[in-house]
Amino acid sequence: MSTAIRADQAAIADWIRPGASVLDLGCGDGSLLSYLQERRGVRGYGVENQPDKVIACVARGVNVIQYDLEAGLAGFDSRSFDHVILSQTLQAVNNTAGVLAEMLRVGREGIVSFPNFGYWRNRAQVLVGRMPVSRDLPHSWHNTPNVHLCTLHDFEALCAEQGAQVLERRVMTAGSQINVLPNLLGSVALYRVTAGI
Amino acid sequence: MTSPGSVGVVQARLAEFDQPLALSCGQTLPSYQLAYETYGTLNAAHSNAILICHALSGTHHVAGTYDGQPDNIGWWDNMVGPGKPVDTNRFFVVGVNNLGGCHGSTGPASTNPATGHPWGSSFPFVTVEDWVHAQARLADRLGIQRFAAVMGGSLGGMQALQWSLAYPDRLSHALVIAAAPKLSTQNIGFNEVARQAIVTDPDFNGGNFIEAGVVPRRGLRLARMLGHITYLSDDAMHEKFGRELVGGQQRFSLEVDFAIESYLRYQGDKFSSRFDANSYLIMTKALDYFDPAASFGEGDLSRALSRARASFLVASFNSDWRFSPARSREIVKAVLDNRLPVAYAEIDAPQGHDAFLMDNPDYQSLVATYLQRVAAECQAALPLAGAAVATTDTGLGPTLDKATNASASSTMGGA
Repeated sequence: MSTAIRADQAAIADWIRPGASVLDLGCGDGSLLSYLQERRGVRGYGVENQPDKVIACVARGVNVIQYDLEAGLAGFDSRSFDHVILSQTLQAVNNTAGVLAEMLRVGREGIVSFPNFGYWRNRAQVLVGRMPVSRDLPHSWHNTPNVHLCTLHDFEALCAEQGAQVLERRVMTAGSQINVLPNLLGSVALYRVTAGI
Repeated sequence: MTSPGSVGVVQARLAEFDQPLALSCGQTLPSYQLAYETYGTLNAAHSNAILICHALSGTHHVAGTYDGQPDNIGWWDNMVGPGKPVDTNRFFVVGVNNLGGCHGSTGPASTNPATGHPWGSSFPFVTVEDWVHAQARLADRLGIQRFAAVMGGSLGGMQALQWSLAYPDRLSHALVIAAAPKLSTQNIGFNEVARQAIVTDPDFNGGNFIEAGVVPRRGLRLARMLGHITYLSDDAMHEKFGRELVGGQQRFSLEVDFAIESYLRYQGDKFSSRFDANSYLIMTKALDYFDPAASFGEGDLSRALSRARASFLVASFNSDWRFSPARSREIVKAVLDNRLPVAYAEIDAPQGHDAFLMDNPDYQSLVATYLQRVAAECQAALPLAGAAVATTDTGLGPTLDKATNASASSTMGGA
């Protein structure tokens, strides 16, 4: 593959149908979309609010729309994309429930990935009295962009509250799939969700 | 002086057209001429051309200076030149003065061949559609079948949008900057006040002021003063002038007290001495009439954009209240609805609408980055690297003499 890609992003690609339309919310420098364009031939658009990242997307030839996610997705019609992705983004937004709801409105399917705060190494660090810092939570408490960290159980509870249906879940640690005690042993969680009927 | 990377001394040229041009208003221009400039070199495949469309009061003098007029710098000289975002080392850049203008292209101040007198008020109303048709004929003349990009700010951005609809197969990219898919009611209102300032000037003479030997300066001056207020943000004005008193204290007279008054009077005076009143009326009407959703989509912009094939760069400025980001997002939505390639940036800039003419690292970097990819596409499309380049003199019209070159600093600002 021509772009360095995280294991969770590769896992996301497995869920994307070839040729699908994809909206990546908080697309950063466009690396995931660029990868999906090459590997899945998607028609992809990114949403990003940081000017330098918007320019990075332009440099990669990735479609990008500068937009503040927190304000909702007013410029996007309902069910206008096959997949809407929140890759390591949901924990960094303030309006968590609102962004999740907008994702489910605009996309036929949503894909959410986030660092699992319930991972045992994170719990251990809290137990000894420190905020966790790890491979998947690389920031210190004072400079982290993550404002709404959660566990697998927390996220699933929010989905239930919002009437969102979880279609599939994949939990990973250091690139390997975790099937046993995922809320304890998993470092990163990925969900495929859809608006409830 | 121009900044480093200037295209240097340039010359305006004239293209004469004898083929009649049917206009949106129903009239036909039997013949006309367009003033234009070019910078850079057209490649062998004629695939590296970029058309720059000007705004309300702009001209064909986009970059560089004229011989013996070092202060007469093109209106987008910070954007166009060697090594600049629109890199003339890689692109062949065309600037053109629109029909109805007053800087060399046929307009109300030109002589009507049928009467031997200035057109004046009898010059037909021209529209963005008409401009783009005329520009396409100039492209034919220059041997450009397809532009790598058509770009512009404000009314210039509207022309880039129009290009993507009227000639979808004749451009690869449309760069639509600080524009709108149509004017808001408020914007039409501002334009009407400007027009009323002109037509109620006693020197307007029903539009035939040239023959009367006068200029409706007071009206033009007021129109421009109003315009300048709307081209700047409240914050930018405050930052620049505050409540500074020119004489240090209140004069209790109607002479200039505040610095902003001095600025507006200066801008108004400068403009009234260089711009034709009828051109201003026609250009503002062209702005008002522009509505591609109505022309191509029965009122639905997304439907109108279904004709388009270009990739889009859309940019707006967060302090621009005359052509606000919300208006650019309407364009983005229509592009998105048609699943066309698009990049949209909302630039953080304090200056208001005029920001599209200003230096801003994010803005220049965005355009430069976008056009680097366009340049790479042009390069990839060339049959062989290092192929001979066509001489750019082929098809170019005669040069304009200095008297008809676009006048000094004639081109700043304007919707």
